[in-house]
Amino acid sequence: MSSTNGSSPENASAVEERPLSSTPAPITDEPHVQAELAGAMPVLDLRPERGFGHVVHALRDIGGGMRLLRLGWTLGWLDICQRYRGSLLGPFWLTLSTAILVSAMGVLYATLFHIDLAVYLPFLCFSLVLWSFLAGTVTEGCATFTNASGLIHAMRMPFFVHVERSVVRNVLTFLHSVGVIVILFLIFHVHPTLDWQLPVGMGLWLLDLFAITLLMGVLGARFRDMPPIASNVMQILFFITPVLWKPDLITLGRQYLLLDPCYPLIEVLRGPFMGSAVRPSIWWTAIAYSVALWSIAFGLFARMRSRLAYWV
Amino acid sequence: MAAGIEVSNLSISFPLYHGDARSLKKRTKKLVGGLKVSRFQRDDRNRVVVRALSDVSFTVKPGERLGLVGRNGAGKTTLLRALGGIYEPVDGRVLVRGRLGTLLDTSLGMDIELTGRENIRLRGLFAGLSKTAIREIENDVETFADLGTFMDLPLKTYSSGMGLRLAFGLATAIMPDVLVMDEWFMAGDAAFMQKAAGRIAGLVEGAEILVISSHLPTVLEKWCTRLIWMEQGRIRMDGPVDEVLPAYLAAG
Repeated sequence: MSSTNGSSPENASAVEERPLSSTPAPITDEPHVQAELAGAMPVLDLRPERGFGHVVHALRDIGGGMRLLRLGWTLGWLDICQRYRGSLLGPFWLTLSTAILVSAMGVLYATLFHIDLAVYLPFLCFSLVLWSFLAGTVTEGCATFTNASGLIHAMRMPFFVHVERSVVRNVLTFLHSVGVIVILFLIFHVHPTLDWQLPVGMGLWLLDLFAITLLMGVLGARFRDMPPIASNVMQILFFITPVLWKPDLITLGRQYLLLDPCYPLIEVLRGPFMGSAVRPSIWWTAIAYSVALWSIAFGLFARMRSRLAYWV
Repeated sequence: MAAGIEVSNLSISFPLYHGDARSLKKRTKKLVGGLKVSRFQRDDRNRVVVRALSDVSFTVKPGERLGLVGRNGAGKTTLLRALGGIYEPVDGRVLVRGRLGTLLDTSLGMDIELTGRENIRLRGLFAGLSKTAIREIENDVETFADLGTFMDLPLKTYSSGMGLRLAFGLATAIMPDVLVMDEWFMAGDAAFMQKAAGRIAGLVEGAEILVISSHLPTVLEKWCTRLIWMEQGRIRMDGPVDEVLPAYLAAG
């Protein structure tokens, strides 16, 4: 999909938004607006994409989306505001439901598995919150573009803005549950390992969140069956991945756990935060899965970007 | 360099994914057999596609006000969306020089759950404006749309006229060089139409371009200098209003 056949400048440019020097037409009588909009006259040059053009335009879309990060942020933020408008506790219902779920499940499973509550409860809390963040990103990701069909059909805008909106919304949702983790960590004296692994793990997560949203968004726009498929797959992965149970419970065939892409991803954050060591093999597989994820997501996006408006 | 639109050999077709492809295929065979010109076709991957636009070419020069006429389903809205860069060409080329403003859906991509003010803020952010500039746009639109306290209420509480005023004020606050507009905005009351007239007149002054689709002969006579008559996704006639409009009305 990124072959360089026909890479002459003629046909490699389907979406050229190059600036031309010109005197701008009068825009508004407002001085600030006029000053900020003054500049080169934009040119929109659309042709069917060929060869390398797909990749160039996908990169330009992502770049344009990053320049409109404030818009993506505000859209995501307003989504949260609007979802809880008129609710008494608002988004803190998320905090409360996390607390209730974790304490109920924690006590139950600690008794069933005969595990020390002081060890199990913080583990379960961290795992569950992280898992619902991941699963939420996957399932909500399917609707990234379909939910934005109004905006997509109203004006031309980088598609990556909608990805940012979805990621921002999921991150804000996640942050509301973080309070429960902090409280449990303080009560049960869990000390995170403060070294390079914390920022690297979080950075990797952020990158993966964008890739997952992009990938699921494109798939969800094309195939309307994606949301139920995604939620079922995540349901199965929830039981396969060590979320409710600790990975050291498995002694035989432990290396097969690495075949589940969610496990290394969860582990690179859970390890440093829970103060336990992360094996290098887990780091390497997490990075490998992330590279694969981004390659697939970007490849698919580059191939399908110009078709998204037709689908939603 | 002045604003301009160049469309050459533009074709746009929609793949039919979500309909019942199988029965549609059967119907298509019958349609293809029975009719000379069909808008159902097969593409190179044997998918059923609807030809929305085929081989459309025209150029719009600065100062021109182009009207699109044609029956429902003639491809007017698709053409407007293609000019707005929303549907990228399947074949051919669309070149638009100048800052582009699109007024297509009644909703304008505004979120009905959000307040008027929040929607204005989003539009300002989309244009890449700073907080100060967004404030000014807000005041500008507030004055024009005359919404009063409704500015801070969700759009779903607005009457259709209020929504229209907000949308129109918003779309013209950040004045585009090229304004692409669907017919819906002609539904305003008399007082609004007068306001809008002033604003549109200001907009088309200078080297700017207006492209509008409409069914109403009065609107077309008043606003346009040139008409394109669309039929079955093709250009049937292209010329000055006093030539195309009588022909279109006689055929209709």
